[in-house]
Amino acid sequence: MKFIDKIKEKFFKKDEHSLSVRDERLIARNNRRAMKEFEKKKNRKNVPEEEYLSQMKDENNIVEFEGLKTYFFTDVGTVKAVDGVTFSIPKKSIVGVVGESGCGKSITSLSLMRLVQAPQGQIVDGSIRFAAKDGKVYDIAKMPVSEVYKIRGKEIAMIFQEPMTSLNPVFTIGQQLDEVYELHFNDKDKKKAKEHSLEMLNLVGMAMPENVYKCYPHELSGGMRQRVMIAMALACDPRLVIADEPTTALDVTIQAQILELLKNLKERIDGSIMLITHDLGVIAEMADYVVVMYAGRVIEQGTAEEIFLNPLHPYTVGLQKSKPVVNKKVDKLYNIPGNVPNPVNLPDYCYFRERCDKCVKKCAGKYPETVWVSPTHCVACYRYAERH
Amino acid sequence: MNENLKNVQAETVQSEESHGGEYILEVEHLKKYFPLKKSLTGKVQVYVHAVEDVSFKLKRGSVLGIVGESGCGKTTMGRTLLKLYDITDGKVYFNGEDITHYSKSQMRKLRPQLQVIFQDPYSSLSPRMTVGEIIGEAVLQHKIVPKNEIRDYVVKVMESCGLRPYYYNRYPHEFSGGQRQRICIARAVALNPQLIVCDEPVSALDVSVQAQIINLLKNLQEQHGLSYIFISHDLSVVKHISNEVGVMYLGSMVEKGPTDKIFDEPLHPYTKALLSAVPVPDPRSKMNRIILKGDIPSPANPPSGCKFHTRCDHCMEICKTVSPEFIERGEGHFVACHLYDEEQKDIEKEQG
Repeated sequence: MKFIDKIKEKFFKKDEHSLSVRDERLIARNNRRAMKEFEKKKNRKNVPEEEYLSQMKDENNIVEFEGLKTYFFTDVGTVKAVDGVTFSIPKKSIVGVVGESGCGKSITSLSLMRLVQAPQGQIVDGSIRFAAKDGKVYDIAKMPVSEVYKIRGKEIAMIFQEPMTSLNPVFTIGQQLDEVYELHFNDKDKKKAKEHSLEMLNLVGMAMPENVYKCYPHELSGGMRQRVMIAMALACDPRLVIADEPTTALDVTIQAQILELLKNLKERIDGSIMLITHDLGVIAEMADYVVVMYAGRVIEQGTAEEIFLNPLHPYTVGLQKSKPVVNKKVDKLYNIPGNVPNPVNLPDYCYFRERCDKCVKKCAGKYPETVWVSPTHCVACYRYAERH
Repeated sequence: MNENLKNVQAETVQSEESHGGEYILEVEHLKKYFPLKKSLTGKVQVYVHAVEDVSFKLKRGSVLGIVGESGCGKTTMGRTLLKLYDITDGKVYFNGEDITHYSKSQMRKLRPQLQVIFQDPYSSLSPRMTVGEIIGEAVLQHKIVPKNEIRDYVVKVMESCGLRPYYYNRYPHEFSGGQRQRICIARAVALNPQLIVCDEPVSALDVSVQAQIINLLKNLQEQHGLSYIFISHDLSVVKHISNEVGVMYLGSMVEKGPTDKIFDEPLHPYTKALLSAVPVPDPRSKMNRIILKGDIPSPANPPSGCKFHTRCDHCMEICKTVSPEFIERGEGHFVACHLYDEEQKDIEKEQG
C-alpha cells in the first residue's frame, strides 16, 4: 500500500482535490456515523411540543432564518451548501434570493420545507422560526418529521422550476388538484374537491378550467403547467409561497404573464413570497427585499432599492455589471474573473477574495462579519467594516 | 401566400443576378417542413412548418441575432442553413455559391468554413475524448495543419479561447459549464471558419460566466473577422452582440433590421410585446408591460392570415385572412405587418 502511494507521489502530480483510499474510507465512516445520529433525531416520536416551540424576534416577520447550516455528507468531504444563513421574511412582502447556481439558494428553501435530500443532506445547526396560522411559532429546523406534515403544503407551499417534472404524468390535473384538497382539508367529498379545484384553476387565469381539469400534464404548454403548479400551491391558502426559479424554464412573454399572476395572487392570499432566481431583472421587478448569496452565505441584503441603486459588496456590483441590459449600451461586459470556489474545503478567509478586484489588506484575515450599513441594509465585506 | 406576391419576389430574385460580394450568406425563401402524419400509403398528410419562408442577407464580419420564443423555429433555421437538415425549399448562398443542392462530399469540403456552437455544452462534447482530441479531430480530418504540428496548433487555439495548455489531456467531465463552452468554441474556431452559427451559446450558463463567454465570442469575432448568426431567446444578450436582429414567430421572420432600430423603434406588435416583457434590473422603472394572451399556436396547424393575429392587440379583419408581406419600412428595416399597410396606403393616397 505504502509502496503504491510512493509511486503515485513520484509519477502523478497530486491534484489538490484527489484523496487517497484511506482518506476516503475515513470520510465515509465519519459520514455514516453523523448521518445516523441526525436521522435518529429526526424520526423520534412523541416529541414534546416545547422542544420546537419558539418566539419570533420581530412580530412582523413570518419566517426568520438564524444561523442556518445545511451540510451534505459526501464521499469527498462535507459540502457546506448553506453555512450560517440569517435573514427574515416580513409579512405581506416578496423577498428575492439571488445567486449563481450552487450558491445554496435552493437548499435554503428546501431546508425551510424540510425537503433536503436525506440522509446525506442534514440541517446541522441554526433555527428556522415560522409563525403559523394558529398563532404559535414553530422552529422548523428542530421539528420531527411527523409534525412537519402539518405545515408543509398547507401553510408553506412551493412552486418548482420544472413544471413538467413536478407534475405526475399518469394522473390528470383534476386528480392531482383534488388530492391536495382531500389531504389538507381532511374532506373526502369528491364534489366539493372538484369545486375547489375548478375555483383554483379559475383563480390562476386558466381559460376553460373544465377542460384543463380533465387534461394530463403533457397536453398542456409550459406556461399552463406552471399555472397549474401555482393553483396547486394556493389550494390551501398558504401564508408563504416559495417560488424556486418559477420562470426560468419559460419564454419571456410567458414569464411576464406568470410574474404578473404571482403579484396579483400575493395580494389575494395576503401572504408572503420567497422568490428564488438568478435573474436580476425578475428580482428588481418583483421583490421588496433582496438577499444576495454566494457560496452558501448571505453576502448582502437590503431593500430592492438599496441593492440595485447602491450595491456594496463587490460581488453584487460585478453581478449587475456583467448582465447586458436592453436599454443600456456598453462596449465590453464586465466579467468577474475566476470561478465559484469548490464547496468542499472552503477557505477560512472571504470566499470572494480571489475573484475580487477591490481587495484591501484586511481581506487576508478571517471571513468578514456582517456590517449593518442602514437598518435594512447589511453586507459582509471588510471595506465597510471601518466606516460603521 | 398569394400568387402575385410570389411572382414579385421571383422577379426581384432574378434581377439580382450576382451573389456574394459583401454578403457572406444569403438566404432566400428558406423552408423546412417536418412530416408529422402519414397516410396508409406512406404519403405525408400533415407537416410541421418549422421554418416558413425566411429570407435575409448577412454581411461579412457582422453578427445577425435571431430572437423568438421557444418553438418559433430559430434553431431549425440555423441547422437548415448549415444543411444539417435537408432544405425543403428555398436557396442558400454561401460566398455567392448556391449550396442548396450540394452533395455530402461537397458539403464536407465546405464544412471548415461553416461551424456551429450548440446550446448545451454538456451533451455536445464526447465524454470519451480528451480536450486535445476533441479540438484536434476536425483539424486532422480537414488537414488544416500538417500532422506533426497539430498539437502546437491546438494548444495555440486553446490559449486564444482562454483554456490553459495543460488541459490538453483532460476529459470534459473535469470542467465546469463555462469551460466546456470554451472547448466548444475552440473546436469551432480551430478550423478557421468564416461563419459560425451560435445556437443559444450562453443560455445554459450562469450570469457571471455568460459575460466571459460573450466577451470571448466578441474578441474572436474582431480578431478573425468572423460572421455570426447568434440565436438566442435572451434579448439583452442579442442586443449586446449583434449588428442586425431578426425576430421570428412561428417559423417566419416578422421583423428584421439594424439592432438600434429594432430596440428603439420596434414596429411589429410582437417585437413590442417581446421587448416590454424583458425584466429590467432597476426597481425604479415600472414599465408599461404589453402582456400577450395565451401561448404560441401549434406550428402543425398555424393560424390563417397573419400568424400572430390570435395574440395581437391590434388585430384587424384583414389580418385574419391575408398574410402580410415582408416589406422594407425603413433603411434596412423589414417588417411583416398589416398595420403599416394602411399608413403606406394613406401616404400613397395623399401623394396621388
